Parts: sequence; structure tokens; C-alpha cells
Amino acid sequence: MTDILIAEDEPAILDPLRFILEHANWKVDSVTDGEAVLTSVRKQRPRLLLLDIMMPKLSGLDVLRILRGDPHLAEIPVLVLTARGQSQDRQMALDLKADGFITKPFDNDELIDEVSRLLAKGTVA
Amino acid sequence: MLSPDFVILTAVAYVCLLFVVAYVSDARASQGKAGFLRSPLVYTLSISVYCTSWTFYGAVGTAARDGLEFVAIYMGPTLVFVGWWFILRKLVWVCHSQGITSIADFLSSRFGKSSSLAVLVTLIAMVTITPYIALQLKAITTSIQTVSSARGHGDRLAGLDDVSLALGAAIGMALFTIFFGTRNVDVREQHLGVVAAIAFEAAVKLLALIAVGLFVVFGMSDGLGDVYARAVEAGFDVHEREPFGSRWVALLILSASAIICLPRQFHITVVENSNEEYLRTAGWAFPAYLMLMSVFTLPIALYGLATMPAGSNPDMFVLTLPMAAGQDGLALFAFIGGFSSATSMIIIASIALSIMVSNHIVLPLALSRGDHMAEAGEKGIARLLLRSRRISIAVILLLGFLYFWLTGESDALAPIGLISFAGVAQFLPALLAALYWRQANMKGALSGVLIGAAVWIWTMFLPSFASTSPTIADLVKNGPWNITALRPEALFGMEGIDPLVHSVFWSLFLNAGALIFVSLLTQQGVMERVQSGVFVDIFRSAQGAQRRVIRGTATTDEIFFVAERVLGWHRAQSLFDTANVPRGDDAVGVAVSSDFIARLERELASSIGAASAHVLLSKVGADDRISLEEVMQIAGETQQAIEYSHELEEKSHELRLTAQQLQEANAQLHELHRQKDDFLSQVSHEVRTPMTSIRSISQILLREQDLDQDRRSRFVKTIHQESARLTRLLDGILDMSALEHGERNWENRPINGETVLDRAFTVCEALARQHEIAVERIALVDDVRIMGDPDRLCQVFINIIANAIAHNSAADPMVKVFSRVENGNYVVDIADNGKGISMEYWNNIFDKFMRVQPEENGAAVPAGLGLGLNISHTIIQKMNGRLELVEGPMRGACFRITLSLCDRVSA
Repeated sequence: MTDILIAEDEPAILDPLRFILEHANWKVDSVTDGEAVLTSVRKQRPRLLLLDIMMPKLSGLDVLRILRGDPHLAEIPVLVLTARGQSQDRQMALDLKADGFITKPFDNDELIDEVSRLLAKGTVA
Repeated sequence: MLSPDFVILTAVAYVCLLFVVAYVSDARASQGKAGFLRSPLVYTLSISVYCTSWTFYGAVGTAARDGLEFVAIYMGPTLVFVGWWFILRKLVWVCHSQGITSIADFLSSRFGKSSSLAVLVTLIAMVTITPYIALQLKAITTSIQTVSSARGHGDRLAGLDDVSLALGAAIGMALFTIFFGTRNVDVREQHLGVVAAIAFEAAVKLLALIAVGLFVVFGMSDGLGDVYARAVEAGFDVHEREPFGSRWVALLILSASAIICLPRQFHITVVENSNEEYLRTAGWAFPAYLMLMSVFTLPIALYGLATMPAGSNPDMFVLTLPMAAGQDGLALFAFIGGFSSATSMIIIASIALSIMVSNHIVLPLALSRGDHMAEAGEKGIARLLLRSRRISIAVILLLGFLYFWLTGESDALAPIGLISFAGVAQFLPALLAALYWRQANMKGALSGVLIGAAVWIWTMFLPSFASTSPTIADLVKNGPWNITALRPEALFGMEGIDPLVHSVFWSLFLNAGALIFVSLLTQQGVMERVQSGVFVDIFRSAQGAQRRVIRGTATTDEIFFVAERVLGWHRAQSLFDTANVPRGDDAVGVAVSSDFIARLERELASSIGAASAHVLLSKVGADDRISLEEVMQIAGETQQAIEYSHELEEKSHELRLTAQQLQEANAQLHELHRQKDDFLSQVSHEVRTPMTSIRSISQILLREQDLDQDRRSRFVKTIHQESARLTRLLDGILDMSALEHGERNWENRPINGETVLDRAFTVCEALARQHEIAVERIALVDDVRIMGDPDRLCQVFINIIANAIAHNSAADPMVKVFSRVENGNYVVDIADNGKGISMEYWNNIFDKFMRVQPEENGAAVPAGLGLGLNISHTIIQKMNGRLELVEGPMRGACFRITLSLCDRVSA
């Protein structure tokens, strides 16, 4: 079972992301566009979705809207990767009940803390 | 018994005295000490130039022959002067304001400055006045003969012929007049020295006549009663004739008109007047003078008739009565009085005539020849004027002398005084109309004067020669070709009345009739309209402080004239049409409503401002100082105002344009500001990805010491790649900024486009080999001259070809580069057989940071920055060319670069 699904189209970012999370002993899978996210989420039901906003085909916000509108998928915690200064994206993600935010460029420890927090929360629930 | 030599010497001495008086007066005046010379008294005395020898001697003769008839000769002027307020005041005002120099000038000036009228009036004046001067010469010779002959009898003195006496008198008068009358050309034609001499003579003749009268009444008899008693005793009935008949009325009219129309009277009363207020004094003083002059006329005549031998000349009673009483001194004084009367008339008449002749005949002729004008400018004209003035005086006196010489032996001179009066009376209708009837025009005045003068010559002047010429006597008796209706003294069958009354009636009746008839039938010219306003309404402006703009006297044509000058013909026309205001022939006598005037004033005000509009309308037809020049000047100012307002209009138009440009610039700035925000956010986005990658990986590398070599080197490679990406980004931004801010080292010279394209193609071939993509160069030209920067153009070619190579995901990738010349343009198409660019991007493909997302994940190309196409677009735009996306020949994308060829010559 996949712990974390990463949705990120930039290889230069995806590569270190995978390494960090796998290094922390989570089971990680990744996709590089919005449509692939939905397919993978339905198939794998990950414990956490790490969602980038700027993605081809479907943006992260569109993906989040669809997930929140689907009763089977609405419960999956989503950690949104936002860009520094893009407050509009952050506000929209909040409205769509995103569970947490990571701002690029990020500190690796911060990322692990946030992922841990959300995974623990999901477990309790 | 006085010897002729003594008499003549006395006369010469008297003339010398006159020289002294005139000279001293002129000298004082030139020193600014005119003092009493400019006084109502001197002015009044000078007017008495009216009393010539004809009055001095002749009045007694007339009284002796015709009883109280002579009173009419004094009554006319008396009435005119007592009523000075009515005619003289206006005449003097007008002439002062217009700088009038003579009656010819007055009439011509009023009637549109008509030169033909001026010439006509001058000629008539010459015809009437020359015999009058001859009459004075005759009076001088006769009086010399009388006073130096045996007492009481007109025996001729052998050896002194009157022709040479007359010639001497004429020459003396000519010298005096030339010396004092033409010392300089004064604008106002005032001659203080002459006037002083004339006033002096006036006093002398009055005193002489009163002295003779007092002597006759109180010295030779015992008062007036005694004189009457002697007359009745001698069998003369003073009431024998009916004094106040039609002839008396005619005389009254003639003398009243003469005091205004005689050139010398006009000159002395109007032209030499230096202050209008003097008229107030002259109004009572001159009638008083005339009364004193006439008070002893009847007693002297009665006493002479009663006491002198039968056959004595009553015209000489003034001289012969003292001589008969043995009073040679008194007789000599009386002679000097008569001499004064004659000389003062000659002097002033010749001055007045010479002004007319030189101003209206000689000067126009000389100027029309044109040579004097160019000769010496203003000074030349002044000299020319003086010379012509002097020659005129000499010619006038010569003519007077010749007239005397030719007719002196006959009786033709005797009635010339009245004939002259009747001649100049022909100016009266025009003169009165000039002052009081606006509609009177030049054609009317000209025909009136012409017809009046013709009738006067036919009915009065010609018959005066009847006694000397049998032909004329026959003409008078039977009419020309025996047409009785045209008999000079019985025109149209009007028989049995006094010839004088007959002539005065017909000439003035036809004169005035023609004036009125023609004036009503014809229109005034513009100049006439302006002048008629000035003359008729001279007092309106002087009196009315707050007068209403429009007066009944302004005609619609005048108003239109002004409106047209300001508003232009079309606007004025439509304004008049909408208000139904008639013009031209329909408008005669139509009064313009004050509403219309108010509206017109508003219209004018909109063009020239309220004040100017008011002034301009006030000037219409009714101001004292207006001249055509002024109207033109106002119109000129109006034109300037209109031009100025045009300028203002243009300026405000420019301002509007500028405001619009500013608005556009502002919008552009807003747009730029938005673009800058977008740009910054785009840049931060572009920077963020490599930054994120580098930061995250470097943190891993720092923490994890035990990474396998493979992973470590892969991470380091990513860091290197992302740093390179940041560098490219920085280069792109700098490039773009340089382009947008107008790079300094930007070349613009003729280049061969094909050479540049070849260079770019060679560079790209290496890249193509690397990507295993086939590239093909299809050149349809080899030498293409275009203007631009070769390195920049090369950069564009490389950019687009590299794009085509890098983003081609076709199975059998291929890029073709076509170059050709089309419609005077160098056209390069760079086409590929990839997926092409979907329609959603076509509109903003050249925007900054615009990136076409790859269709499939598989594309193994380095992510573009989204600046390349934007930069290329900017470069081609700077070279006045076009970079556009067109339908490709191979289903894929196709970018077309179009650059215009430069001149083959400069290439």
C-alpha cells in the first residue's frame, strides 16, 4: 500500500522529494500530471497526497476540487506544494479544505514534519 | 481836391500797412503769442469780408435806386448768424472734424470724396467769383477816379487809365495774397496774418462808413428827420416801391446762402475758425456789425439824391458827399474804407479759390502724372502744393483783371454781385442736404449742382451780357431757335416776373429737385454711407453720453456692411434673412428693430468681443470721427481676432490631442505596470523550480554522508543543470531588458539575409545531429539585401530552428527552412512535422514566459524558458519585420519571418 503519492511534473524537484520521503521509510509513488493523479489515487488510495499546483493537463487545484467532490476520495489528506508569493493559490487550496501547505523552496525537515503530522492524524482518524 | 498821385500813394501806403499788420501777426503767432488774434472779435471782424466794395458803395446806390431792397442783402446773413446754432455750428463742427479746406472739399468729402463734384464746384466757383473780383477792381479804379477828380463829378483824369490802375491793384493784391496766404501749407488752411489784416480792414471800413454817415446826418444836416424832410422836399418818395415783394424774398435767400456758400465766406467762417465757441459771439456781433454798416445807408442815399446834381452816380455818394462838402480828408478815409472792402474780398476770395484749384484740379492732375510723388515724397508734394497755390492765385487775379479789362467799359459788371450770389447759391441745396439728409448721395448732389448751374448760366449769367452783345440780346428776347419756352428770362412761359426772381426760382427749384429725385432713385456707395453718417449725425456722439446703439438713421445696408466685415458674407446674409431684414432697394426707409440690432451685436460679440461689437455698431452711420479707414481698421482687428481665435481653436485641439495621448500613455503605463507584475511573478516562478531543486538536493547531500555514488552524482548533475537553467534565465531576462530599453550597440546596416541564415543553419545542424533530426535548407534566392543587425537576426534564426528541433516529437522528425523573395520581402519559413501548436496558444505564443506544454511526458528536452520567442519577436519588430505563426506545409508548426528588402541602390 502506498503511503504517499507525489504529484510533481518537474524531475529536478521530484527526484529529491522521492529520496527524502523514501529515506524516511515511507512507501512512495509519483505521477507527473493532473490526470495521472486521479487515476493513481483511485487505484492506490494513498494515505497522503503531496500535490503540486502547477501541473500539465489538470492543475493541482482542479485535482483537489475533484477529490473533495468524490465521497470515496474526500477523506484522503492532501498536502499542497505552493509557490512562495502565490497567495491566491494558497487561499483557493484552503477553501478546498487542503490539509497542509509546503512552500517551495522548502526545508527538507519541515517537509518530513508536516508529512508525519498528517500521516499520524490520518491514522488516528 | 486830391491829386491822383496822392490818392494812389495813400492806397499803396495802406497796403503797406496791411503788410505790416499781417507780418507782425504772423510773427507773433509763430512765437506762440497769437493772443487776441485768436479771439471772437477778430473772427467776427474777419467775417465782414462779406461787405465788399459792392456793399460799401453799392448799398447806397441800391438804396437810392430801389429803396429798402438793400436791407435784404444784410438780412439774409443776419438771420443765418442769429440762427448760428442751426446751420453754422454743425457746419463748423463737421469741417473741423473732417479737416475740410473749402466748400468744394466739403461737398466732395460728404458725397463719397467724389472728385468730379469737387472739380465741378471749383469750376462754378471760378466762373462766379472771377467777375466778382473784376467788380472789386472796377470799384477800386472808379473810386480812385472819383476821389481824385473834380468834386462831385465823374470826370476822367487824363493820363491815368483805369486799366493800368486795375492791373496795379491786381498785382499788389496777388503779391500780398501770395506772400501771406501761401507761406506754408497748413493742414487747417489757417492764415493768422491774413485774417488779422482782414479784421483790421473790417474795422477801417466800418469806421469810414460810420464817419461818412455821421457827417452826412449830423454835419451836413440836422439829424435823420432833416434828411428825410430834404428827401421828401426833393420829391423822392421812399415808400414808392413795395419793399417786401418776391424780389425781396429772393434777395433774402441769395444773401443768406451767400454768407455760407461764397468760397471766401466759407473759408473765413468755417476754415479759418479756430474755436467753435467763437460762433456764439459772432452770432450777435456780426449782425450788429452789419447793422452798423447799414444804418446810414438810407440817409446817405436820400441825402445824396436830394442834394447832388442829377446824373450823379449814387454808387459813389459815400465819396462824393464828403467831397461836395469840401471834406477831402473824410473822402480819403471813405476811399480807404471802400479800398479795404475791395482788397479784403480779393485777398480772401483768391486764397479760397486757390485752395480749391490747387487741391482739386492741379494736385490730382500732377499726382496722376505720378512723377512728383516719386520725386521728393511728402516735401515734394508740399512744394508742389505751394507752387500750384501761388500760380492759382496769380491766375485767378489775372483772370479777374482780364474780365475787368474786357467788360470794364460796359455795364456788365454792375449786377455781378447778385449774379455771383445766385451762382454760389447753387451749392446751397447740396450743402444743406449734406448736413441734414442722410440719403442725399453723390449722384443727386452732382446732378443738382450741374442743373442748377446750367440754369443759372442760362437765365442769369448769359443775359447779363445782353447789353453788350446783340446776339445774346436776341437770344434773351426770342429764345434759342425762336423756341419761346426756352427764353432765358421766361423759362417755360414764366413771363412778367423779375429776372432775378425768375432765375433764382428756376435754378434752385431744378437744383433741389434733381438732388432729391436722383438721390431717391440711386444708391449711396459705401464711402458715401459712412460719410453721410458722419456729417448728418455729427452731434449725436458729442452730446449723447449713453445713447442707444442704434439710431433710426442707420440703414440696413450700413449694418449689413459692418456685419459682413465681421461675420463674413454667408453668416451675415443668413442672419439678415432669418430676421427678414430687407436690404438694398427694398430697404429704403426701413427702420431696423432694436431686437435685431441686439441679436446682431451678440453675434458680432461672439467674434470680436462685446466691447468691440458695441463700439462697431455704435460707429455705424452715426459717429463723428469715423472714416472708412477706421472701419477697415476695426475690420482688420476683427480679422486678427478671428485668426487668433482660430489659433486658440487649434491650440485647444492640440491640447485635446495631447490629453488623449496622455490618457493613452497612462493606459500604457498601467498595462506596463501590470506586465511588470506579471513578469516578476513569472520570473519568480521560473526561479523557484531550480531553487527548490538545488536547495532540497544540497540539503540531502549535506546530511547524508553515506549516499551511493550513483545517486550522489545524479544529484550533483541535477544541481549543475538547474544552475545552468538559472543562468539561461538570467541571460534571457538581460537580453529582453536590453532589447526593450533600446540597446546601444544595435546595428542597422544593409546585410545579406541569406548569409545570416546560412550561419544560423550551420550552428543548428550540430544540434539536429544530436537530436537525430533531419534538417533541410531550401533556398530560392542567394543574395538578399535587408537592413538590420546580423548577429541579432542570426540569434532569431537559431532560436526558432532550435525550437523546432528540440520540440519535435514526431517519429520521423524533420525541420525544413525555406527562404525566398516575395512581394519585395525576404520571407523565411521554418517548419517542422511535429504536433504543431494547438490553436489556444496562437494568440499569445509570443508573450513572455509563454510555454507550450509538451503533449506527452516522453519529451526529453530541457524545459524552455518561455522567453525565446518573445525576444525573437521583439528583434524582428525592431527590424521592421514580422514574426508570425502560419499554417505549416508539413502539418507541424511553421514560423514565418518577413523582412522588407532595402533599396538595391543603397545595397
